[in-house]
Amino acid sequence: MKDKYIVSSAPHFHDKTTVKNVMWNVVIALSPALVFAVYYWGFRSLLLTLLGAVSAVVTEAAIQKMRKVPISVADGSAFLTGMLLSYNINPGAPWWMPIMGSVFAIAVGKQVFGGLGNNPVNPALLGRAFLLASWPSLMTSGWLKPKTGSLSGLNDLDAIAINLQSLSPKAYDLVTGATPLKVVQTLRDSSFVASINGNGEGINLANRIFTNITEMAALKNLFWGNIGGCIGEVSAFALLLGAAYLLYKNIIEWRIPLFYLGTVFVLTAVFGPIKGSGYSPMLPFFHIFSGGLMLGAFFMATDYTTTPLTKNGRIIFAIGCGLLTVVIRLVGGYPEGVSYSILFMNVMTPLIDKLTMPKPFGRIKK
Amino acid sequence: MSFVKELTKGIIKENPIFVIVLGMCPTLATSTSVNNAIGMGMAATFVLVCSNIFISLIKNITPDKIRIPVYVVVIASFVSIVDMSMAAYVPALHKSLGLFIPLIVVNCIILGRAEAFANKNNVLNSIADGVGMGLGFTLALTVVATIREILGNGTWLNIKVMPNTYDPMLITLLAPGAFITLGFLMALMNMLKEKK
Repeated sequence: MKDKYIVSSAPHFHDKTTVKNVMWNVVIALSPALVFAVYYWGFRSLLLTLLGAVSAVVTEAAIQKMRKVPISVADGSAFLTGMLLSYNINPGAPWWMPIMGSVFAIAVGKQVFGGLGNNPVNPALLGRAFLLASWPSLMTSGWLKPKTGSLSGLNDLDAIAINLQSLSPKAYDLVTGATPLKVVQTLRDSSFVASINGNGEGINLANRIFTNITEMAALKNLFWGNIGGCIGEVSAFALLLGAAYLLYKNIIEWRIPLFYLGTVFVLTAVFGPIKGSGYSPMLPFFHIFSGGLMLGAFFMATDYTTTPLTKNGRIIFAIGCGLLTVVIRLVGGYPEGVSYSILFMNVMTPLIDKLTMPKPFGRIKK
Repeated sequence: MSFVKELTKGIIKENPIFVIVLGMCPTLATSTSVNNAIGMGMAATFVLVCSNIFISLIKNITPDKIRIPVYVVVIASFVSIVDMSMAAYVPALHKSLGLFIPLIVVNCIILGRAEAFANKNNVLNSIADGVGMGLGFTLALTVVATIREILGNGTWLNIKVMPNTYDPMLITLLAPGAFITLGFLMALMNMLKEKK
Protein backbone atom coordinates (compact mmCIF):
# COMPACT_ATOMS: atom_id res chain seq x y z
CA MET A 1 0.00 0.00 0.00
CA LYS A 2 2.74 2.41 0.81
CA ASP A 3 3.68 2.57 -2.89
CA LYS A 4 0.62 4.67 -3.56
CA TYR A 5 1.82 7.56 -1.47
CA ILE A 6 5.14 8.38 -3.07
CA VAL A 7 5.77 12.09 -2.83
CA SER A 8 8.04 13.42 -5.52
CA SER A 9 8.76 16.68 -7.26
CA ALA A 10 7.85 17.42 -10.87
CA PRO A 11 8.14 16.21 -13.62
CA HIS A 12 5.68 13.37 -12.98
CA PHE A 13 5.33 12.14 -16.54
CA HIS A 14 8.32 10.53 -18.18
CA ASP A 15 9.01 9.62 -21.75
CA LYS A 16 10.38 6.18 -22.32
CA THR A 17 13.37 7.59 -24.23
CA THR A 18 16.65 6.79 -22.53
CA VAL A 19 20.25 7.29 -23.54
CA LYS A 20 20.54 3.56 -24.07
CA ASN A 21 17.46 3.46 -26.26
CA VAL A 22 18.65 6.35 -28.44
CA MET A 23 22.20 5.09 -28.87
CA TRP A 24 21.27 1.53 -29.85
CA ASN A 25 18.63 2.86 -32.24
CA VAL A 26 21.29 4.94 -33.97
CA VAL A 27 23.45 1.81 -34.20
CA ILE A 28 20.52 0.03 -35.86
CA ALA A 29 20.07 2.96 -38.24
CA LEU A 30 23.74 2.80 -39.19
CA SER A 31 23.76 -0.91 -39.95
CA PRO A 32 22.39 -0.80 -43.54
CA ALA A 33 25.52 1.13 -44.53
CA LEU A 34 27.61 -1.69 -43.08
CA VAL A 35 25.67 -4.26 -45.10
CA PHE A 36 26.51 -2.30 -48.25
CA ALA A 37 30.14 -2.00 -47.20
CA VAL A 38 30.39 -5.76 -46.69
CA TYR A 39 28.79 -6.28 -50.09
CA TYR A 40 31.28 -4.01 -51.86
CA TRP A 41 34.49 -4.75 -49.96
CA GLY A 42 33.92 -8.01 -48.19
CA PHE A 43 34.10 -8.89 -44.52
CA ARG A 44 37.16 -6.75 -43.95
CA SER A 45 34.93 -3.69 -43.52
CA LEU A 46 32.84 -5.51 -40.91
CA LEU A 47 35.98 -6.56 -39.09
CA LEU A 48 37.40 -3.02 -39.02
CA THR A 49 34.08 -1.64 -37.78
CA LEU A 50 33.89 -4.20 -34.99
CA LEU A 51 37.51 -3.54 -34.01
CA GLY A 52 36.73 0.17 -33.74
CA ALA A 53 33.50 -0.32 -31.79
CA VAL A 54 34.89 -2.92 -29.39
CA SER A 55 38.06 -0.97 -28.65
CA ALA A 56 35.95 2.13 -27.96
CA VAL A 57 33.88 0.15 -25.45
CA VAL A 58 36.99 -1.34 -23.80
CA THR A 59 38.68 2.08 -23.58
CA GLU A 60 35.60 3.65 -22.04
CA ALA A 61 35.24 0.88 -19.48
CA ALA A 62 38.94 1.02 -18.57
CA ILE A 63 38.93 4.79 -18.12
CA GLN A 64 35.72 4.77 -16.14
CA LYS A 65 37.20 2.15 -13.85
CA MET A 66 40.30 4.31 -13.45
CA ARG A 67 38.18 7.39 -12.73
CA LYS A 68 36.17 5.34 -10.20
CA VAL A 69 32.84 6.29 -11.77
CA PRO A 70 30.07 3.82 -12.69
CA ILE A 71 30.90 1.89 -15.86
CA SER A 72 28.26 2.86 -18.38
CA VAL A 73 29.36 1.13 -21.56
CA ALA A 74 26.02 -0.68 -21.85
CA ASP A 75 24.38 2.59 -22.91
CA GLY A 76 25.96 2.11 -26.32
CA SER A 77 27.43 5.59 -26.66
CA ALA A 78 30.99 4.31 -26.81
CA PHE A 79 29.99 1.54 -29.21
CA LEU A 80 28.36 4.15 -31.43
CA THR A 81 31.41 6.41 -31.32
CA GLY A 82 33.67 3.53 -32.29
CA MET A 83 31.33 2.51 -35.08
CA LEU A 84 31.10 6.04 -36.48
CA LEU A 85 34.86 6.40 -36.29
CA SER A 86 35.36 3.17 -38.22
CA TYR A 87 32.82 4.36 -40.79
CA ASN A 88 35.19 7.26 -41.43
CA ILE A 89 38.15 5.18 -42.45
CA ASN A 90 39.17 3.51 -45.61
CA PRO A 91 38.23 -0.20 -45.91
CA GLY A 92 41.80 -0.87 -47.00
CA ALA A 93 43.29 0.70 -43.87
CA PRO A 94 45.51 -1.39 -41.58
CA TRP A 95 43.74 -3.17 -38.73
CA TRP A 96 45.19 -0.96 -35.99
CA MET A 97 43.76 2.18 -37.54
CA PRO A 98 40.21 1.93 -36.07
CA ILE A 99 41.70 0.89 -32.72
CA MET A 100 44.00 3.92 -32.50
CA GLY A 101 41.19 6.20 -33.63
CA SER A 102 38.69 4.80 -31.13
CA VAL A 103 41.09 4.94 -28.21
CA PHE A 104 41.88 8.57 -29.02
CA ALA A 105 38.23 9.46 -29.61
CA ILE A 106 37.09 8.02 -26.28
CA ALA A 107 40.11 8.96 -24.16
CA VAL A 108 40.89 12.44 -25.43
CA GLY A 109 37.60 13.33 -27.12
CA LYS A 110 35.25 12.21 -24.40
CA GLN A 111 36.54 10.91 -21.06
CA VAL A 112 39.08 13.68 -20.52
CA PHE A 113 36.20 16.14 -20.46
CA GLY A 114 34.11 14.05 -18.09
CA GLY A 115 32.35 11.49 -20.26
CA LEU A 116 29.00 11.41 -22.02
CA GLY A 117 27.39 14.83 -22.35
CA ASN A 118 30.52 16.81 -21.50
CA ASN A 119 32.48 16.50 -24.72
CA PRO A 120 32.83 19.81 -26.59
CA VAL A 121 33.18 18.18 -30.01
CA ASN A 122 31.99 14.98 -31.60
CA PRO A 123 34.44 12.30 -30.40
CA ALA A 124 34.20 10.19 -33.55
CA LEU A 125 35.09 13.16 -35.75
CA LEU A 126 37.90 14.12 -33.40
CA GLY A 127 39.20 10.57 -33.77
CA ARG A 128 39.07 10.93 -37.52
CA ALA A 129 40.88 14.29 -37.41
CA PHE A 130 43.54 12.63 -35.24
CA LEU A 131 43.99 9.79 -37.71
CA LEU A 132 44.12 12.19 -40.64
CA ALA A 133 46.78 14.32 -38.95
CA SER A 134 48.79 11.30 -37.80
CA TRP A 135 48.76 9.06 -40.85
CA PRO A 136 47.72 11.31 -43.74
CA SER A 137 48.89 8.99 -46.49
CA LEU A 138 47.11 5.93 -45.07
CA MET A 139 43.91 7.93 -44.66
CA THR A 140 43.78 9.52 -48.09
CA SER A 141 45.12 6.89 -50.45
CA GLY A 142 44.96 3.18 -51.09
CA TRP A 143 41.20 3.19 -51.53
CA LEU A 144 39.65 -0.19 -52.21
CA LYS A 145 37.79 -0.61 -55.45
CA PRO A 146 34.18 -1.73 -54.92
CA LYS A 147 33.59 -5.26 -56.18
CA THR A 148 31.36 -4.22 -59.05
CA GLY A 149 32.35 -0.68 -60.00
CA SER A 150 35.13 1.84 -60.26
CA LEU A 151 36.73 4.10 -57.66
CA SER A 152 35.59 7.34 -59.20
CA GLY A 153 32.09 6.10 -59.95
CA LEU A 154 32.46 6.55 -63.70
CA ASN A 155 30.42 4.05 -65.64
CA ASP A 156 31.90 2.40 -68.70
CA LEU A 157 35.24 3.26 -67.24
CA ASP A 158 36.95 0.98 -69.68
CA ALA A 159 35.62 2.80 -72.70
CA ILE A 160 36.64 6.18 -71.33
CA ALA A 161 39.89 4.90 -69.91
CA ILE A 162 41.21 3.32 -73.10
CA ASN A 163 40.54 6.58 -74.79
CA LEU A 164 42.29 8.47 -72.01
CA GLN A 165 45.26 6.20 -71.65
CA SER A 166 46.44 7.02 -75.14
CA LEU A 167 45.49 10.67 -74.82
CA SER A 168 46.79 11.52 -71.35
CA PRO A 169 48.28 9.12 -68.77
CA LYS A 170 47.75 11.67 -66.01
CA ALA A 171 44.04 11.92 -66.64
CA TYR A 172 43.89 8.13 -66.82
CA ASP A 173 45.52 7.81 -63.40
CA LEU A 174 43.09 10.32 -62.01
CA VAL A 175 39.86 8.67 -63.14
CA THR A 176 41.04 5.20 -62.19
CA GLY A 177 42.77 5.96 -58.90
CA ALA A 178 40.77 8.58 -57.01
CA THR A 179 37.43 8.94 -55.29
CA PRO A 180 34.79 11.10 -56.98
CA LEU A 181 35.42 14.17 -54.83
CA LYS A 182 39.16 13.89 -55.35
CA VAL A 183 38.63 13.76 -59.11
CA VAL A 184 36.50 16.88 -59.02
CA GLN A 185 38.95 18.67 -56.74
CA THR A 186 41.87 17.83 -58.99
CA LEU A 187 40.01 19.01 -62.08
CA ARG A 188 39.57 22.36 -60.34
CA ASP A 189 43.35 22.74 -60.14
CA SER A 190 44.27 24.75 -63.21
CA SER A 191 47.90 23.64 -63.23
CA PHE A 192 46.78 20.01 -63.34
CA VAL A 193 44.36 20.75 -66.15
CA ALA A 194 47.10 22.51 -68.09
CA SER A 195 49.43 19.55 -67.56
CA ILE A 196 47.14 16.72 -68.64
CA ASN A 197 47.46 17.62 -72.26
CA GLY A 198 50.07 19.79 -73.84
CA ASN A 199 48.29 21.02 -76.93
CA GLY A 200 45.59 23.07 -75.24
CA GLU A 201 43.16 20.18 -75.03
CA GLY A 202 43.44 20.08 -71.24
CA ILE A 203 40.33 22.10 -70.56
CA ASN A 204 38.23 20.06 -72.98
CA LEU A 205 39.48 16.83 -71.46
CA ALA A 206 38.85 18.06 -67.93
CA ASN A 207 35.37 19.12 -68.89
CA ARG A 208 34.65 15.76 -70.44
CA ILE A 209 35.62 13.94 -67.26
CA PHE A 210 33.71 16.50 -65.20
CA THR A 211 30.53 16.06 -67.25
CA ASN A 212 30.84 12.29 -67.15
CA ILE A 213 31.19 12.23 -63.40
CA THR A 214 28.06 14.30 -62.83
CA GLU A 215 25.82 12.53 -65.30
CA MET A 216 22.97 10.24 -64.30
CA ALA A 217 24.85 6.95 -64.59
CA ALA A 218 27.67 8.12 -62.32
CA LEU A 219 25.17 9.61 -59.86
CA LYS A 220 23.47 6.24 -59.65
CA ASN A 221 26.76 4.74 -58.52
CA LEU A 222 27.11 7.48 -55.93
CA PHE A 223 23.60 6.85 -54.66
CA TRP A 224 24.07 3.10 -54.25
CA GLY A 225 27.65 3.44 -53.07
CA ASN A 226 29.33 1.72 -55.97
CA ILE A 227 32.44 3.90 -55.60
CA GLY A 228 35.62 4.13 -53.57
CA GLY A 229 35.45 5.76 -50.17
CA CYS A 230 35.28 5.25 -46.43
CA ILE A 231 33.46 2.22 -44.98
CA GLY A 232 30.27 3.92 -43.94
CA GLU A 233 29.98 6.89 -46.23
CA VAL A 234 29.68 5.48 -49.71
CA SER A 235 26.08 4.41 -49.96
CA ALA A 236 23.75 7.40 -49.80
CA PHE A 237 20.83 5.01 -50.10
CA ALA A 238 21.76 2.98 -47.01
CA LEU A 239 22.35 6.13 -44.98
CA LEU A 240 19.04 7.65 -46.07
CA LEU A 241 17.32 4.45 -45.06
CA GLY A 242 18.84 4.71 -41.59
CA ALA A 243 18.07 8.42 -41.42
CA ALA A 244 14.42 7.77 -42.27
CA TYR A 245 14.26 5.30 -39.36
CA LEU A 246 15.74 7.87 -36.99
CA LEU A 247 13.37 10.60 -38.19
CA TYR A 248 10.42 8.23 -37.80
CA LYS A 249 11.54 7.33 -34.29
CA ASN A 250 11.91 11.05 -33.54
CA ILE A 251 15.53 10.56 -32.51
CA ILE A 252 16.97 13.16 -34.83
CA GLU A 253 15.34 16.38 -35.87
CA TRP A 254 14.85 17.44 -39.49
CA ARG A 255 16.28 20.94 -39.16
CA ILE A 256 20.01 20.20 -39.13
CA PRO A 257 20.11 17.65 -41.99
CA LEU A 258 17.73 19.67 -44.16
CA PHE A 259 19.52 22.97 -43.79
CA TYR A 260 22.93 21.33 -44.03
CA LEU A 261 22.12 19.48 -47.25
CA GLY A 262 20.16 22.48 -48.55
CA THR A 263 23.07 24.87 -48.04
CA VAL A 264 25.47 22.52 -49.81
CA PHE A 265 22.95 22.02 -52.64
CA VAL A 266 22.41 25.72 -53.26
CA LEU A 267 26.05 26.73 -52.95
CA THR A 268 27.40 23.96 -55.19
CA ALA A 269 24.73 24.73 -57.78
CA VAL A 270 26.00 28.30 -57.94
CA PHE A 271 29.75 27.90 -57.40
CA GLY A 272 30.29 24.25 -58.31
CA PRO A 273 30.97 24.27 -62.08
CA ILE A 274 34.60 24.30 -63.17
CA LYS A 275 36.02 26.65 -65.76
CA GLY A 276 34.28 26.16 -69.06
CA SER A 277 32.00 23.33 -67.94
CA GLY A 278 28.84 25.41 -68.13
CA TYR A 279 25.82 24.88 -65.93
CA SER A 280 25.13 21.32 -64.95
CA PRO A 281 21.77 20.65 -63.24
CA MET A 282 23.10 17.40 -61.78
CA LEU A 283 26.13 18.93 -60.08
CA PRO A 284 24.47 19.77 -56.74
CA PHE A 285 23.17 16.19 -56.56
CA PHE A 286 26.71 14.97 -57.12
CA HIS A 287 27.86 17.05 -54.18
CA ILE A 288 25.17 15.98 -51.73
CA PHE A 289 25.52 12.29 -52.55
CA SER A 290 29.31 12.17 -52.55
CA GLY A 291 31.80 12.02 -49.73
CA GLY A 292 30.72 11.87 -46.11
CA LEU A 293 27.96 14.43 -46.39
CA MET A 294 25.01 12.06 -45.83
CA LEU A 295 26.78 10.38 -42.92
CA GLY A 296 27.77 13.73 -41.46
CA ALA A 297 24.45 15.51 -41.92
CA PHE A 298 22.24 12.77 -40.48
CA PHE A 299 24.43 11.00 -37.96
CA MET A 300 27.15 13.40 -36.83
CA ALA A 301 25.78 16.91 -37.06
CA THR A 302 22.74 15.71 -35.10
CA ASP A 303 24.64 14.57 -32.01
CA TYR A 304 22.77 15.91 -28.97
CA THR A 305 25.76 16.97 -26.91
CA THR A 306 27.64 18.99 -29.46
CA THR A 307 24.88 20.81 -31.35
CA PRO A 308 22.77 23.81 -30.34
CA LEU A 309 19.66 23.35 -28.22
CA THR A 310 17.55 26.07 -29.77
CA LYS A 311 15.70 25.64 -33.05
CA ASN A 312 17.13 28.78 -34.63
CA GLY A 313 20.53 27.82 -33.31
CA ARG A 314 20.30 24.50 -35.12
CA ILE A 315 19.52 26.27 -38.37
CA ILE A 316 22.54 28.55 -37.94
CA PHE A 317 24.66 25.51 -37.05
CA ALA A 318 23.55 23.59 -40.13
CA ILE A 319 24.05 26.52 -42.50
CA GLY A 320 27.51 27.07 -41.02
CA CYS A 321 28.37 23.40 -41.59
CA GLY A 322 27.13 23.57 -45.17
CA LEU A 323 29.02 26.75 -45.91
CA LEU A 324 32.29 25.40 -44.52
CA THR A 325 31.87 22.07 -46.30
CA VAL A 326 31.43 23.79 -49.64
CA VAL A 327 34.30 26.19 -49.00
CA ILE A 328 36.65 23.31 -48.14
CA ARG A 329 35.49 21.22 -51.09
CA LEU A 330 35.66 23.98 -53.69
CA VAL A 331 38.47 26.20 -52.42
CA GLY A 332 40.41 24.34 -49.72
CA GLY A 333 43.20 21.81 -49.97
CA TYR A 334 41.17 18.76 -48.95
CA PRO A 335 38.72 17.05 -51.30
CA GLU A 336 36.20 16.63 -48.46
CA GLY A 337 35.30 19.04 -45.68
CA VAL A 338 32.40 17.48 -43.80
CA SER A 339 34.35 16.37 -40.74
CA TYR A 340 36.24 19.62 -40.24
CA SER A 341 33.15 21.75 -40.80
CA ILE A 342 31.16 19.82 -38.19
CA LEU A 343 34.07 19.96 -35.73
CA PHE A 344 34.36 23.70 -36.26
CA MET A 345 30.65 24.29 -35.74
CA ASN A 346 30.73 22.02 -32.65
CA VAL A 347 33.15 24.47 -31.12
CA MET A 348 30.83 27.37 -32.04
CA THR A 349 27.83 25.66 -30.41
CA PRO A 350 27.99 27.33 -26.96
CA LEU A 351 28.15 30.72 -28.66
CA ILE A 352 25.23 29.94 -30.97
CA ASP A 353 23.20 28.72 -28.00
CA LYS A 354 23.92 31.89 -26.11
CA LEU A 355 22.94 34.13 -29.02
CA THR A 356 19.74 32.31 -29.92
CA MET A 357 18.33 31.62 -26.47
CA PRO A 358 14.68 32.67 -26.64
CA LYS A 359 13.64 35.58 -24.42
CA PRO A 360 11.08 34.64 -21.76
CA PHE A 361 7.72 36.32 -22.41
CA GLY A 362 7.42 39.70 -20.73
CA ARG A 363 11.06 39.99 -19.84
CA ILE A 364 12.54 43.44 -20.26
CA LYS A 365 16.06 43.67 -21.58
CA LYS A 366 18.37 45.35 -19.11
CA MET B 1 69.62 25.32 4.09
CA SER B 2 67.59 27.82 2.12
CA PHE B 3 70.12 27.60 -0.71
CA VAL B 4 69.33 23.91 -1.20
CA LYS B 5 65.63 24.60 -0.95
CA GLU B 6 65.77 27.31 -3.61
CA LEU B 7 67.82 25.01 -5.79
CA THR B 8 65.49 22.01 -5.70
CA LYS B 9 62.08 23.67 -5.72
CA GLY B 10 62.22 24.41 -9.44
CA ILE B 11 62.72 20.80 -10.42
CA ILE B 12 59.47 19.23 -9.23
CA LYS B 13 57.56 21.25 -6.65
CA GLU B 14 57.51 24.52 -8.57
CA ASN B 15 58.39 23.20 -11.99
CA PRO B 16 58.10 26.21 -14.33
CA ILE B 17 56.23 24.24 -17.01
CA PHE B 18 54.09 21.64 -15.25
CA VAL B 19 53.24 23.63 -12.14
CA ILE B 20 53.69 27.36 -12.79
CA VAL B 21 52.77 26.91 -16.50
CA LEU B 22 55.15 29.56 -17.81
CA GLY B 23 57.12 29.57 -21.05
CA MET B 24 54.54 27.63 -23.03
CA CYS B 25 55.62 29.01 -26.39
CA PRO B 26 59.17 27.57 -26.45
CA THR B 27 57.86 24.39 -24.82
CA LEU B 28 55.39 23.73 -27.58
CA ALA B 29 57.70 24.82 -30.37
CA THR B 30 61.03 23.28 -29.45
CA SER B 31 59.98 19.98 -27.91
CA THR B 32 59.73 18.18 -31.25
CA SER B 33 63.06 16.46 -30.65
CA VAL B 34 65.12 15.70 -27.56
CA ASN B 35 68.14 17.35 -29.15
CA ASN B 36 66.29 20.66 -29.59
CA ALA B 37 64.76 20.40 -26.14
CA ILE B 38 68.09 20.01 -24.38
CA GLY B 39 69.64 22.81 -26.45
CA MET B 40 66.76 25.13 -25.70
CA GLY B 41 66.77 24.20 -22.02
CA MET B 42 70.51 24.83 -21.71
CA ALA B 43 70.33 28.17 -23.50
CA ALA B 44 67.43 29.31 -21.33
CA THR B 45 69.16 28.09 -18.16
CA PHE B 46 72.29 30.08 -18.97
CA VAL B 47 70.29 33.24 -19.59
CA LEU B 48 68.18 32.63 -16.50
CA VAL B 49 71.14 32.18 -14.15
CA CYS B 50 73.06 35.16 -15.56
CA SER B 51 70.08 37.50 -15.57
CA ASN B 52 69.13 36.41 -12.05
CA ILE B 53 72.64 37.25 -10.79
CA PHE B 54 72.72 40.59 -12.55
CA ILE B 55 69.24 41.68 -11.57
CA SER B 56 69.85 40.67 -7.99
CA LEU B 57 73.04 42.75 -7.99
CA ILE B 58 71.38 45.88 -9.35
CA LYS B 59 68.11 45.53 -7.47
CA ASN B 60 68.91 48.38 -5.08
CA ILE B 61 69.75 50.89 -7.79
CA THR B 62 66.95 49.95 -10.22
CA PRO B 63 64.15 52.56 -10.16
CA ASP B 64 60.90 50.74 -9.53
CA LYS B 65 58.99 52.46 -12.34
CA ILE B 66 61.30 51.35 -15.12
CA ARG B 67 62.31 47.97 -13.75
CA ILE B 68 60.74 45.94 -16.58
CA PRO B 69 62.69 47.72 -19.35
CA VAL B 70 65.82 47.33 -17.24
CA TYR B 71 65.21 43.59 -16.92
CA VAL B 72 64.60 43.27 -20.64
CA VAL B 73 67.88 45.04 -21.42
CA VAL B 74 69.75 42.72 -19.05
CA ILE B 75 68.08 39.60 -20.40
CA ALA B 76 68.53 40.69 -24.03
CA SER B 77 72.25 41.16 -23.47
CA PHE B 78 72.65 37.57 -22.27
CA VAL B 79 70.40 36.26 -25.03
CA SER B 80 72.65 37.98 -27.58
CA ILE B 81 75.64 36.24 -26.05
CA VAL B 82 73.90 32.86 -26.22
CA ASP B 83 72.66 33.51 -29.74
CA MET B 84 76.08 34.41 -31.08
CA SER B 85 77.93 31.63 -29.22
CA MET B 86 75.49 29.03 -30.45
CA ALA B 87 75.76 30.32 -34.00
CA ALA B 88 79.52 30.00 -33.71
CA TYR B 89 79.91 26.65 -31.92
CA VAL B 90 76.72 24.64 -32.57
CA PRO B 91 75.46 26.01 -35.90
CA ALA B 92 73.23 22.99 -36.61
CA LEU B 93 71.36 23.29 -33.33
CA HIS B 94 71.23 27.07 -33.72
CA LYS B 95 69.64 26.66 -37.12
CA SER B 96 67.05 24.14 -35.99
CA LEU B 97 66.01 26.26 -33.00
CA GLY B 98 65.94 29.31 -35.26
CA LEU B 99 63.76 32.14 -34.04
CA PHE B 100 63.27 30.61 -30.61
CA ILE B 101 66.77 31.61 -29.42
CA PRO B 102 66.16 35.38 -29.80
CA LEU B 103 62.69 34.80 -28.37
CA ILE B 104 64.23 33.76 -25.03
CA VAL B 105 64.22 37.53 -24.38
CA VAL B 106 60.48 37.41 -23.88
CA ASN B 107 60.43 34.00 -22.18
CA CYS B 108 58.00 34.29 -19.29
CA ILE B 109 60.09 32.09 -17.01
CA ILE B 110 63.09 34.42 -17.14
CA LEU B 111 61.14 37.62 -16.75
CA GLY B 112 58.95 35.94 -14.16
CA ARG B 113 61.91 34.84 -12.01
CA ALA B 114 63.49 38.29 -12.31
CA GLU B 115 60.30 39.95 -11.13
CA ALA B 116 59.25 37.37 -8.56
CA PHE B 117 62.57 36.28 -7.13
CA ALA B 118 65.82 37.97 -8.17
CA ASN B 119 64.77 41.51 -7.32
CA LYS B 120 63.84 40.48 -3.77
CA ASN B 121 66.64 38.05 -2.88
CA ASN B 122 70.40 38.02 -2.53
CA VAL B 123 72.80 36.85 -5.22
CA LEU B 124 73.43 33.39 -3.83
CA ASN B 125 69.77 32.49 -3.57
CA SER B 126 69.13 33.98 -7.01
CA ILE B 127 71.76 31.69 -8.50
CA ALA B 128 70.14 28.70 -6.80
CA ASP B 129 66.73 29.78 -8.07
CA GLY B 130 68.03 30.27 -11.61
CA VAL B 131 69.80 26.90 -11.71
CA GLY B 132 66.81 25.08 -10.23
CA MET B 133 64.25 26.69 -12.51
CA GLY B 134 66.51 26.23 -15.51
CA LEU B 135 66.99 22.55 -14.76
CA GLY B 136 63.26 22.14 -14.17
CA PHE B 137 62.58 23.76 -17.54
CA THR B 138 65.15 21.58 -19.30
CA LEU B 139 63.85 18.45 -17.61
CA ALA B 140 60.23 19.19 -18.49
CA LEU B 141 61.14 20.02 -22.09
CA THR B 142 63.12 16.79 -22.36
CA VAL B 143 60.25 14.70 -21.01
CA VAL B 144 57.77 16.27 -23.44
CA ALA B 145 60.26 15.93 -26.29
CA THR B 146 61.00 12.29 -25.43
CA ILE B 147 57.34 11.37 -25.84
CA ARG B 148 56.92 13.46 -28.97
CA GLU B 149 60.09 12.27 -30.66
CA ILE B 150 59.51 8.59 -29.93
CA LEU B 151 55.87 8.61 -31.06
CA GLY B 152 56.24 11.08 -33.91
CA ASN B 153 59.55 10.00 -35.36
CA GLY B 154 60.35 6.63 -33.81
CA THR B 155 63.68 7.93 -32.50
CA TRP B 156 65.21 9.24 -29.27
CA LEU B 157 68.14 11.64 -29.59
CA ASN B 158 68.22 10.57 -33.26
CA ILE B 159 68.71 6.90 -32.26
CA LYS B 160 66.08 4.62 -33.66
CA VAL B 161 64.11 3.07 -30.81
CA MET B 162 60.92 1.87 -32.45
CA PRO B 163 60.76 -1.22 -34.68
CA ASN B 164 60.85 -0.67 -38.42
CA THR B 165 57.19 -1.62 -38.74
CA TYR B 166 56.19 1.33 -36.55
CA ASP B 167 54.33 3.94 -38.55
CA PRO B 168 55.10 7.32 -36.88
CA MET B 169 52.16 9.19 -35.39
CA LEU B 170 52.75 12.51 -37.08
CA ILE B 171 50.28 14.44 -34.95
CA THR B 172 52.65 14.36 -31.97
CA LEU B 173 55.07 16.54 -33.92
CA LEU B 174 52.35 19.09 -34.70
CA ALA B 175 51.01 21.74 -32.32
CA PRO B 176 47.95 19.71 -31.21
CA GLY B 177 50.22 16.83 -30.27
CA ALA B 178 52.29 19.17 -28.10
CA PHE B 179 49.20 20.40 -26.26
CA ILE B 180 47.85 16.89 -25.74
CA THR B 181 51.20 15.56 -24.48
CA LEU B 182 51.61 18.51 -22.13
CA GLY B 183 48.04 18.14 -20.88
CA PHE B 184 48.50 14.48 -20.06
CA LEU B 185 51.83 15.11 -18.33
CA MET B 186 50.28 17.87 -16.20
CA ALA B 187 47.41 15.55 -15.31
CA LEU B 188 49.93 12.91 -14.31
CA MET B 189 51.82 15.39 -12.13
CA ASN B 190 48.59 16.46 -10.42
CA MET B 191 47.59 12.85 -9.89
CA LEU B 192 50.92 12.02 -8.26
CA LYS B 193 50.71 15.13 -6.11
CA GLU B 194 47.23 14.25 -4.86
CA LYS B 195 48.31 10.74 -3.96
CA LYS B 196 51.06 12.03 -1.69
